[in-house]
Amino acid sequence: MSVAETTPETRPAWFRPAAWANLFRERPIVPLLVILVVLVVLSEVIRPGIVSLNWAGVMVRAAIPLAILAACQTMTMLTGGIDLSVGAVASMTGFVVATLVNGPGLWTGIAVALAAAAVAGLINGIGVGVFRVHPLIMTLGMSLVVLGLANVWQLAMVQTGAGVPDLFRRVGAGMVAGVIPYSLVVFVPVAAWVLVTLNRTGYGRLLYAIGDNPVAARLAGVKAWQVLIVLYVISAVLAGIAGFLYSGLTNVASVTLVDSALLPSVAAAVIGGTSILGGRGGYGGTIIGALILTVISSLLSSLGYPEAVRQILFGSMIVFVAAAYARVTNES
Amino acid sequence: MSAAVTTPARAASGRTASIVSALRRSGWTLSLLGILAVLVAITKAIQPTFGAAGIQGLAISVMPLALASVAQAIAVISRGIDLSVGSMMALTSVVSASLMEDRGEGFAVAVVIGVLVLGLVLGAINGTLIVVTRVPDIVVTLAMLFVWAGCALLVMETPGGASAQWLRGLTLGPLVNEWIPKAAVVMLLVVAIVWIPIRRSRLGLSMYAIGSDPLAAFRSGVSVGRTKILAYALTGLFSAFGGLSLTATTGIATPVPGPYTLMSVAAVVLGGVSLSGGRGGVFGPIVAVVILSLLRTIMTFLNVNTNLATVVQGGILVGVVMVGSLIQLRRKRG
Repeated sequence: MSVAETTPETRPAWFRPAAWANLFRERPIVPLLVILVVLVVLSEVIRPGIVSLNWAGVMVRAAIPLAILAACQTMTMLTGGIDLSVGAVASMTGFVVATLVNGPGLWTGIAVALAAAAVAGLINGIGVGVFRVHPLIMTLGMSLVVLGLANVWQLAMVQTGAGVPDLFRRVGAGMVAGVIPYSLVVFVPVAAWVLVTLNRTGYGRLLYAIGDNPVAARLAGVKAWQVLIVLYVISAVLAGIAGFLYSGLTNVASVTLVDSALLPSVAAAVIGGTSILGGRGGYGGTIIGALILTVISSLLSSLGYPEAVRQILFGSMIVFVAAAYARVTNES
Repeated sequence: MSAAVTTPARAASGRTASIVSALRRSGWTLSLLGILAVLVAITKAIQPTFGAAGIQGLAISVMPLALASVAQAIAVISRGIDLSVGSMMALTSVVSASLMEDRGEGFAVAVVIGVLVLGLVLGAINGTLIVVTRVPDIVVTLAMLFVWAGCALLVMETPGGASAQWLRGLTLGPLVNEWIPKAAVVMLLVVAIVWIPIRRSRLGLSMYAIGSDPLAAFRSGVSVGRTKILAYALTGLFSAFGGLSLTATTGIATPVPGPYTLMSVAAVVLGGVSLSGGRGGVFGPIVAVVILSLLRTIMTFLNVNTNLATVVQGGILVGVVMVGSLIQLRRKRG
């Protein structure tokens, strides 16, 4: 220890922990890409011949809806919040469209579903922004409300039946030439919009400012409640879009379809380097985080591990990675 | 102690003052009891047949959630929050039910003790992770929610197992009088025997201290980290009691966590425990749980759709927390 401290310059840069910590802190996306490559190599070693262009396409297709859900977590976490209602909201939108497609039509269904999602987000935003309810409790309560209402809707729609619309199936599950997933048509604009909003607009700056130092932000004249209301509406609408992709990908209309993606969406954002305390992170890392989780999932299921192991592993990863980031950022 | 040096008159006035302050401190709980009485009257008015049997059923259905809310209250008083309460209950429940299946009644005693120790250990792991990693409580316990639920699924994939007969007998039926359900007596005894000595000890004082101001507690010589770990261990212990009560009241165990975590947070807030820590007790949340479940009973009597009842419960949760934080905002400004 003391030797390392007294003569740091005798070691090459790649061997100094501080240099790694610096890299981790400034550009988390580089080590994340390294981890992703390692995982891909690991998959090929464990299951020779599994890695192919088609495999890559399938991975990307599975990661896209997760990455959109994780965008909700990234944006809310930047302000020190979290949105645990995304699972219920996404399931609800997919289900609502599936019940409306045979009656009022696809586009009406999409409009109704997104409007319902926006209302849920609006109430979340009012609770968090105006009433200062802890985001976690507000959004957990909202997920109960949304799930309950979706169940009521399900009972009301028993006669009509539900079917996932063709368009969702084509966009959610289809692949061009078996390599490029159609869902990129949705994902690329969404991701570009999120990246530009966070990095290049005043609104994005406000999100970072509120999360970094709420008092300073208020003294600088930021009306946090307005920013938060808009934020939670955006989050719910993004979750709604992800819900369309999930229902198309799995060809299932269920009010609990996306629940199992809730923890991975938080995990993707945390692994991607976004701090749950707010003020630090970005969407680029989150996208890689979603890809990493998807590859790990597929590796686990190809090895025949049950769902339980995946849950334990993801939960442990969140604690471990959050602790690592906390350590790295406290060192400075 | 102080009575020895003060005159009898001053001791008496001190006693009235302490009674008044005790009343003020438990004012919230007392008003909750008032609400409860009103709700019981409403239930009786809607459903005249609601009697001893109804109270029996209520006590049994309330037991797991009441223990969960005691667990949550202890974490929240120490300025934490434990989102893994429901998962710990599921895990301890499946462990107990799978070990008690096809075994003797005597072996079950060992199982119960072992499961309670398991609860302490699970909670201590949560607490240690929070203290060592310095990651916020909410994040660590959110992650552990999935870890413990995954462990429960590893123990048992589908609902099953069994409960020892004496354990079932502890919760079923009345005691002495048909109006006194055994489940309620057992639950209150467990809470009183474990919590009251701790509350009056140095540890209890430290828990309230780190809850109201960790820095001040640290400067007064409280070991903040150790107290936090012990508080989470107690949360785990009461979650284990909750898990055992699930096994005992249903006779089997389910590996999928119920809605206990969320409802326990609602009950804790409704029960007068401040989410910013250091304020409240464990008996307020228990009364709050009874109120919440009586509301559900009333809705059932009124033929309200059960899904709508879920919506109402979510709405109550959010509404109660909103009002709670409004009061806190007022207090800060005022």
